[in-house]
Amino acid sequence: MHVRRRLQQLGAAALLVAVLVAASGTVGSSAPAPPRRGGSLSFIVSAEPPSFDGHRETTFAVIHPIRPHYNLLVKFDPLNYPKVVPDLAESWTVSQDGLTYTFRIRSGVRFHDGSLLTSRDIKASLDKIIFPPQGVASARQAMYEMVESISAPSPNTVVIRLKWPSATFLEKLASPFNWIYKADILERDPRWYERNVMGTGPFRFKEYVRGSHWEGVRFENYWKPGRPYLDGYRALFISSPAAQAAALKFGQALVEFRGFAPAQRDEVVQFLGDRATVQESGWLCNILVVPNNQRKPFDDFRVRRALTLAIDRWGGSRALSQITFMGPVGGVMRPGGPFATPEAELTKLAGFGRDINAARQEARRLLREAGVPEGFEFTVKNRNIPMPYIPAGIFLVDQWRQVGLNPRHVIQETGPYLADLRAGNYDVGIDFTCDFFDDPDVQLVKFVSSDRNPLNYARYTDRLLDGLFRQQSRERDLQRRLQIVRQFERRVLSDRAYQYHLLWWQRIVPHWKKLQGYRVGPSHYLEDLEEVWLSE
Amino acid sequence: MLRYVLARLVLVLPTLWAVATLIFLLVRVIPGDIVELRLVSGGAYVTREVIQQERVRLGLDKPLWAQYADWIAGLARLDLGTSMWTGAPVSREIAIRLELSLQLAIMATVVAVSLAIPLGVWAAVRRGTWADHLVQVFSVAGLATPSFWLGILLLLFLLSVFRWLPPMTFTPLWQDPVANLSQLIWPALAVGYRYSAVATRMTRSAMLEVLREDYVRTAWAKGLAERAVVLRHALRNALLPVVTVIGLEFAFLIGGLVVTEQVFNLNGVGKLFVDAIARRDYTLIQGLMLLVASAYVLVNVLLDLLYARLDPRIRYA
Repeated sequence: MHVRRRLQQLGAAALLVAVLVAASGTVGSSAPAPPRRGGSLSFIVSAEPPSFDGHRETTFAVIHPIRPHYNLLVKFDPLNYPKVVPDLAESWTVSQDGLTYTFRIRSGVRFHDGSLLTSRDIKASLDKIIFPPQGVASARQAMYEMVESISAPSPNTVVIRLKWPSATFLEKLASPFNWIYKADILERDPRWYERNVMGTGPFRFKEYVRGSHWEGVRFENYWKPGRPYLDGYRALFISSPAAQAAALKFGQALVEFRGFAPAQRDEVVQFLGDRATVQESGWLCNILVVPNNQRKPFDDFRVRRALTLAIDRWGGSRALSQITFMGPVGGVMRPGGPFATPEAELTKLAGFGRDINAARQEARRLLREAGVPEGFEFTVKNRNIPMPYIPAGIFLVDQWRQVGLNPRHVIQETGPYLADLRAGNYDVGIDFTCDFFDDPDVQLVKFVSSDRNPLNYARYTDRLLDGLFRQQSRERDLQRRLQIVRQFERRVLSDRAYQYHLLWWQRIVPHWKKLQGYRVGPSHYLEDLEEVWLSE
Repeated sequence: MLRYVLARLVLVLPTLWAVATLIFLLVRVIPGDIVELRLVSGGAYVTREVIQQERVRLGLDKPLWAQYADWIAGLARLDLGTSMWTGAPVSREIAIRLELSLQLAIMATVVAVSLAIPLGVWAAVRRGTWADHLVQVFSVAGLATPSFWLGILLLLFLLSVFRWLPPMTFTPLWQDPVANLSQLIWPALAVGYRYSAVATRMTRSAMLEVLREDYVRTAWAKGLAERAVVLRHALRNALLPVVTVIGLEFAFLIGGLVVTEQVFNLNGVGKLFVDAIARRDYTLIQGLMLLVASAYVLVNVLLDLLYARLDPRIRYA
């Protein structure tokens, strides 16, 4: 009896482990082993950093090679997204009214030049991001519009006061771009970090050869005992997908952190066999369909709604996920994420239902009603990036042909494409969004009125929508906030059909099994080498 | 001879100025905006103020004539300006890539010349025989085969037979010759083969023409050895058009190997060119175009000087 119970317990434990492994999305990962110190990690980065300053850049090409030289105030736990954990802040408290954040800063943290970090450095870095001096660009300044002041009352304390409470202020502070710089350097030259590297991070800068590679070596005086595990790392700049797969197959690199297409994944896995493992996760990026709301006939709500009704997203998800990294069907918030719309609610939105025949009948009716003739021609502007934009464009053209429309797929270089979208020189555009964490403030800002957000290319003004955006941003009660987000979603995607998602993306990261301590998350901006190690 | 050289060099300056002006205007006709590409194309939310601030910082808010005056004034001081994308000096951006591109161009030229001259001469001397046909097949195949395609075949061969991939990052020759050559020999072979095909055909036809000349017949009649007739009397006189082809191909290789560089992941001038255009990095495009134009102008001047050296009639004319 006792033995049977013991076996049942063991069985339950095994089942739990299996479920956890399956839930992590890891295919073929091995049993955990104790971390090993040593070795250098080579990984691929498909683009090069424009400058070395995380505060002014917006690309992952800055994060992957340069972020390991820096710490943040707080950061997302690399192994447990979306938990925010201390980095240079040892701990923090939030006032009752949610307006004052007090951070206790770690003592004994050294910069790579040997000097000690104090709260002055934190304040100077955050000031540069939130209140940049004249002539200094800060890409994320708008994200912190709720911040009233930053002060450093003691060497170990930083206080941030807000104008209004923000539900996810801590997560916003954990932006992987918010690198902590040295105050003295910023005082001398606020643009010094555009061309130089000097932080407190786990790796010191060794070398950057433009177009070739970026190298870092372990910082021996790193504040976290026993970290990093790696002796160093080497980021190889390889832009061609074929060359990336070849480099991975032949061990010149162990991983490409952004993500591969299914064909590249299969090629690598087939070649490496049991030396490879694949981690997959939902991705905080998506493809948006953007009708020009100021151009006829797309200024008519019925036409825009007909366009979204004609798209078979569920069928498209099955087909396109075989050849691209597009896949999950979702609304304004990432499917699978903490704010995701449940499927039962999602399928009630125009274009997200399961019955495509009924939806297309409705689409045809709306088009007739709006006076759009059979075979109506219009252009679909797309950028010339093969993955995933071009397959997305081809798919959309096919979907709209099935309701009697005749779209023409116009593929442009990114420069002219952006210029046309900005100038309103298009009928329907294919746009995208990519963010670093699940938060309505970040994902919904794309949809506020075009006069408030210049990156909303759909060209509409809707003060009700702007109000809902503002309301949800200040709402601290999660359930109430979710309700407002749902209301916002219905209005954008369905009731007004201003613009809508085609599909969300799926991150596919094949890598050598010997790369350990790495867990794929929903954002390719959140990569962190501090816990990564090599098993051989 | 000195006057001839000086005259050629003096002509270089107005040519480069005209090219520079044309380049300046042409790059600004291309639609697209570096600031949007840099801040917005990644999908991030950036305010209008930040975008405008960046335009001002890059000097893109100035009138066109002021931007032109700034650039030309810089050129007069041999300053190509700074890259709008990276903020690094344009000359440094180019210099890093030029080392690789120049070495590759030289290696490809060595491959091409060492194939083209012997094969072209052999085919001309053995005209109409199996040897001539063999060389013609070899050179026509070279002309018909794009070098990037040959590069892919070479890579596939290395991958499938030796399960080996050439290094993906550049190591300077002086640092590690083995690593350097094991990366660059393959693109040099791929590019050199196509390049040799052009030069082989040119050598063959030039040799055929010269071999029909009276002075060659006289050399044969004097009973000179075949080697002396072919190499000393015929080849030297047949070299003029061959040198022209080799020179122009060399200039092309400096910035024209875009696709081959992609195949072998080479950090060369061609790739930099494509990146600069895609990013609308005006200052870098201008610098690169000027480099390529200068390479052509310089090669042409050198060719003119070489003509004068090879054929005294030219310098006396």
